[in-house]
Amino acid sequence: MREVHTDEIAEKIEMMFIEANIELPEDVYGLLKTQAEREVSPVGREVLGALIENADFAKREGIPICQDTGLAAVFIEIGQDVHIVGGSLTEAINEGVRRGYTKGFLRKSCCDPLTRKNTGDNTPAIIHTKIVTGDRVKLTVFPKGGGSENYGEVRMLLPSQGWAGIKAFVLEMVKKGGPNPCPPIFVGVGIGGNLETSATMAKEALLLPAGKRNGDPVIAAYELELLEEINRTGIGPQGYGGYVTCLDVHIKTMPCHIASLPVAVNIQCHAHRKRDMVL
Amino acid sequence: MEIKHIKTPLSEEVIEGLKSGDKVLLTGHIYTARDTAHKRFMEALKDGKDLPFDIRNQVIYYCGPSPAPSGRVAGSCGPTTSTRMDLFAPELIKRGLKGMIGKGRRSEKVKEAIREYKAVYFGAIGGAGALISRCVISMRAMAYEDLGPESIFRLEVKEMPLFVINDIFGHDLYDDGMLKYKR
Repeated sequence: MREVHTDEIAEKIEMMFIEANIELPEDVYGLLKTQAEREVSPVGREVLGALIENADFAKREGIPICQDTGLAAVFIEIGQDVHIVGGSLTEAINEGVRRGYTKGFLRKSCCDPLTRKNTGDNTPAIIHTKIVTGDRVKLTVFPKGGGSENYGEVRMLLPSQGWAGIKAFVLEMVKKGGPNPCPPIFVGVGIGGNLETSATMAKEALLLPAGKRNGDPVIAAYELELLEEINRTGIGPQGYGGYVTCLDVHIKTMPCHIASLPVAVNIQCHAHRKRDMVL
Repeated sequence: MEIKHIKTPLSEEVIEGLKSGDKVLLTGHIYTARDTAHKRFMEALKDGKDLPFDIRNQVIYYCGPSPAPSGRVAGSCGPTTSTRMDLFAPELIKRGLKGMIGKGRRSEKVKEAIREYKAVYFGAIGGAGALISRCVISMRAMAYEDLGPESIFRLEVKEMPLFVINDIFGHDLYDDGMLKYKR
């Protein structure tokens, strides 16, 4: 059985949150560049140009791309042949978040939901744990801003509503958000499972490689259909009007109850910050 | 595109010359305030107390900056969603607030107050906080410091790039822009 020490996990989490917040991932940066070329609105082009310049500047200066450095979501896949040693895994992740957000001059955006008192160190992290085969540990960090998260929703559709209902729901959410979630956006859609798995799938969908289609050709076609429809709304970069409203759409599905059609929409801003690594 | 240079405090005359869609470079002092600070403003007004600064002719920036690393004036400091401050903005506009900087839609009540009392709503580019930090010449926390990133910071900015979203004539860049490019 392979041993992985919690110190290593804390160290990597710290580093990954700092890096993720400062440097836009290549897939996202690449999409911004190609989409900036197809924007027809002059203001839209100017906005997209500023976003690219912003990403370059943040990377060069080592400061966050956006002041909202997010709530700290962590996805961890643990091989069943791994033994975590050195202490509590949850505490190690929180320690990594605590150190990363302090050392990296990242904003602490986590507060009590009712008193609104800031927890002071951006913990607790939102931790999603999955046990998989093998002896590896995969860490994914996803610091996500509040502005885009606020425009997500889970809805229990009627099974008879099918794809048409799902599509209408996604478009409704995109239009409801309009300029608020910082377009051009990414859209993650979780279809099936139950109430909570649809929401988790929507978030996981956002973590799929930007610009790449689903392996299932039917789902891939649905993704493209949504992408095209969203880009016809006219919302455009920052909502100032234009063709580039959405950079990508990803869908994840799983079987659900015969009586249900759970659908979750999770919207992400253009500053789509994420990092993963295998230990 | 014509670029208008404007300075704070904002006069009515300047506001009368601003139209939805205009690109503006703003210079002068502005004050950050977001959710909890606005709630405290309302509590203070209800109790007949003064606000931490005189809002007349001033500009509020809906922003919670990231901490400034050593050697830098400011950390990343882009706008947050203004819509959440819609409940509070009309009262502040009525009391003399002239400008708001943020991102996202405003309510009908805010737009009405903008028209009635002559104010303006500017959009800064959301998610471009690193770039915006280049315009900040000085920055200090001046009130509600217990709120951390939600404290009131007094920023001095030089040529901060903004777009006029809602003007005194009732135009809205979000509506007009979307309509123009809808297919």
